[in-house]
Amino acid sequence: MIDRVIDSRGMDSFDLRFIGLIAIILSVGVLSIYSVTHSQDTTFPFYLKQLVWILLGTIAFLVMYLSDYHKIARLAYPTYAVILILLAVVLVMGKSSRGAQRWIPIGPFAFQPSEFAKLVLVLVLANYYSRVSRVGWLQRVVVPGLIVLPGLLLILKQPDLGSGLSFLAVYAAMLLMVGVRSKALGIILLLSVMLFPFVWEMVWASLHDYQRQRVMAFVDPDYDPGGKGYHALQSKIAIGSGELSGKGLYGGTQSQLKFLPEGHTDFVFAVYAEEWGFVGVLVLLALFIALIWVSLEIAARAKDTLGALLAAGIVAMLCFCVVVNIGMTAGMFPIVGIPLPLVSYGGSATIMTMASLGLLLNVKRRRLTLFY
Amino acid sequence: MIGFNDSDLLDLQRRLVILRVGLLLVVALLALRLWHLQIREGPYYRDLSENNRTRSVVLEPARGLIFDRNGILLANNVPSFALYVTLEDVKDRQGLIAQLAALLNLDPEVIQKKLSLGKGSKLQPRKIKDRLTLREATLIESHRLDLPGVMVQVESQRNYPGGVVAAHLLGYVGEVSADQLERADFADLHQGSIVGQYGVEKTFDRQVRGRAGQKSVEVDALGHEKRAVVAEKPMAGDDLYLTIDIRLQKVAEDLLGEETGAIVALDPTTGDVLAMASRPGFDPNMLSKELTNKQWVEIVQNEGRPLNNRATQGQYPPGSTFKVVMAAAALESNTVTPSTMVRCNGGYQFGNRLFHDWKPGGHGSVDMNQALIHSCDVYFYTVGQRMGIDTIAEYAKQFGLGQETGVELGSERVGIVPSTAWKQKARNQPWYPGETISAAIGQGYVTVTPLQMASVIGTVANDGLSMKPRLVQAVMNRATGERAEFPPTVRGKVSVKPASIALIKESLTDVVTKGTATRAKSALVTIGGKTGTAQTAALRTGPEKDIPKKFRDHAWFVAFAPVDAPRIAVAVLAEHMGHGGSAAAPLAKEVIETYVKAYPQVLKGTSAGGGAKSATASRPKTS
Repeated sequence: MIDRVIDSRGMDSFDLRFIGLIAIILSVGVLSIYSVTHSQDTTFPFYLKQLVWILLGTIAFLVMYLSDYHKIARLAYPTYAVILILLAVVLVMGKSSRGAQRWIPIGPFAFQPSEFAKLVLVLVLANYYSRVSRVGWLQRVVVPGLIVLPGLLLILKQPDLGSGLSFLAVYAAMLLMVGVRSKALGIILLLSVMLFPFVWEMVWASLHDYQRQRVMAFVDPDYDPGGKGYHALQSKIAIGSGELSGKGLYGGTQSQLKFLPEGHTDFVFAVYAEEWGFVGVLVLLALFIALIWVSLEIAARAKDTLGALLAAGIVAMLCFCVVVNIGMTAGMFPIVGIPLPLVSYGGSATIMTMASLGLLLNVKRRRLTLFY
Repeated sequence: MIGFNDSDLLDLQRRLVILRVGLLLVVALLALRLWHLQIREGPYYRDLSENNRTRSVVLEPARGLIFDRNGILLANNVPSFALYVTLEDVKDRQGLIAQLAALLNLDPEVIQKKLSLGKGSKLQPRKIKDRLTLREATLIESHRLDLPGVMVQVESQRNYPGGVVAAHLLGYVGEVSADQLERADFADLHQGSIVGQYGVEKTFDRQVRGRAGQKSVEVDALGHEKRAVVAEKPMAGDDLYLTIDIRLQKVAEDLLGEETGAIVALDPTTGDVLAMASRPGFDPNMLSKELTNKQWVEIVQNEGRPLNNRATQGQYPPGSTFKVVMAAAALESNTVTPSTMVRCNGGYQFGNRLFHDWKPGGHGSVDMNQALIHSCDVYFYTVGQRMGIDTIAEYAKQFGLGQETGVELGSERVGIVPSTAWKQKARNQPWYPGETISAAIGQGYVTVTPLQMASVIGTVANDGLSMKPRLVQAVMNRATGERAEFPPTVRGKVSVKPASIALIKESLTDVVTKGTATRAKSALVTIGGKTGTAQTAALRTGPEKDIPKKFRDHAWFVAFAPVDAPRIAVAVLAEHMGHGGSAAAPLAKEVIETYVKAYPQVLKGTSAGGGAKSATASRPKTS
């Protein structure tokens, strides 16, 4: 085995580019959070808290970066078990917010297991696929599906539609990466289409009122601006009114005057778009594309299957969150609670994302051992 | 190791390419969407966001002040709190109505009505209540966080320091009505605007109203005010300077006291209304508030009809005061000469009907002077019959009867000057000669307003030159400080020879010194006048005191002073007070004496030997 060999060259320019991109995107986030919440009169404002999360995230990044990812992968199943227990705990004694129980209070903070569950799922699936041979669609599709299922159900029970969708996205991305035979894909598609009405019925019945309203609001947001379409419309107004060059820092009236709800968390992109305009939006999109490009590079050059699958899963998760978050603030998707990675305020999400990126860089670092 | 082999890894790397292409496509889609929102529809969303955050709040202007001729304040403004609601910021309308109703002790239906009034946008704050008490205002302010969309504004509220004094002239203010808002001259107003609804407040509303300002208030999503963005200052209305002397006005009103009637005092040389009292009156402060339906019904159905300005809207038979017009007509139409004698033995036989003189035994043989002094009815029956109704009507019109005087008060009534043409038109009947006899002594169809009679006697006093009665002598623009004077205007000149006028004036002076109006005799000033008693009921049986008051006659007295150079003309009408000589004449005397005491210079004119016009020096205006 060669996975014990550790590269001793330290950081190269690639690493610096990767870390630099992360730092810039994090700064954009802190600045936007500061802009929305600076007028709030609290001793511990959100932007300072976010800086603390980033500090903790940096530690998580370093831990994931410096440990051997094979070792980490070996802990995947036990960690998944812990996460499942935590998700169950959340349901029993979690902190509620807007009808959903997603948080476990720890002192003044709240810990959101569903965020970490995403990363753990990547680890579990990468670990699984790297060890089983391709002996048929049962091993490729059904067994991993059964692994995904308990976590997915616990998350949907909270309910956390956003994390649930991310879960499915990770699973789907993994399936794509390991290559589902067209026959299996066909069966899945056919089953999905046949089962859709039943699933929809089930999902619709299990949704909370506010979620149903959001789905309805997505269909016709302009119908009732004061009601269910409020978030969607206010977000569109915020983004649209930024026009080409934006209203400038602190100039975002939509967010400054609280027309835009959740301005520092899920809708932080709208705040940014209002203040920096289309130009700023293109810059941020370019930053994300660059980060993902570099990450894909790592996945493509991974020295082993585990590394490649880990990298691919993490990138897929990142892509999914970025696309769905921006899509929902821009009114392209229904509003599901997915934060914008590295930008939205949130402890669990920030730490999880940074840990994931640490793991990514870990994969890259170890591929260099191939050249020795 | 049962993992993937190297070919799997290559396979995987090939699939990563698919991920890359897919990612680029999706991000391109996102960028396209954002371009659509920010560039193509950017201006639209920019407008939406502007509307989102700004509420335009009207800043009500302060109405112009109103002063009397000497600069004494009659109407001003005091600060008051008004409650506004912006529907856009109200999330739960019914809940808010219930809350406000409880806090302000209001009828929920009234609030509901106010909220749905007007077709303005939901962004336009609607006034729900003004004149909040300090307690109510603080109550609302303390519940502010629970009442999104609710706003308390400080506004100026109309105040009449004198209360009931001059109420009919000043008028009152009120919220612009829905009907008024439809009209062009109220186009710059909005629901909740305050406009004059009566008196000069109404007539001069355009000047006094001022111009509303605007405050753009930036609000947050909860409708709470963050800061005012742009402020267009409201412009105060113009100040009015009335011709009345508030002291004289008060004296006139107090003289009427609890009685019903009117007193008008004019300056015959300018037409200035020095005082115009009408009783019963009302408190404009109360009417300027928002009244409940019940309060309105009480006022409108009050038997004394306090909202009626009897000086301009009360129409009464002039009774014997009409003989002034009759005398001028008779002399001018050459029906009689000053020395023509008429025999009065207490009655005038016409056909098979006997018209009585007020004095059962008659006055014996009288000429015009004596006829006026003693108010001989038979004399005027006779000359009236000789002239015919149309001649009488012609002169009555020359004196301004049957027409508006043009004073700056709304809804002026004109009375009736009967003629053959009038009767044909109004009653579709021919004129009966016997009706001329009643008309000759100011009874029958003839009706006048007290203001018209004041104008008649003023015209006589001013030697036949009729000045248009006016209430407002100047308007001062607040912004520029410019004072625009309204010059007195001539209404007309009656075609009566100076000698005839002189004779009438002399006779009217004799009325006071030795005739029916000796109770108007003053030690301070020479007064000329004519009494009148207007019959209200056809049947007159028994002594006056036995007749129920509402059937008793109206007492008239018209007067002018000083005789040599008249500066004041007065008409007194006291409803159901009986004889003019006893009930009305003393009131006129009081008014005249008060005026003379306040303006002693009007007497100097007389002592200087008829230099009446020199006394105008005391009045700064005239042009």
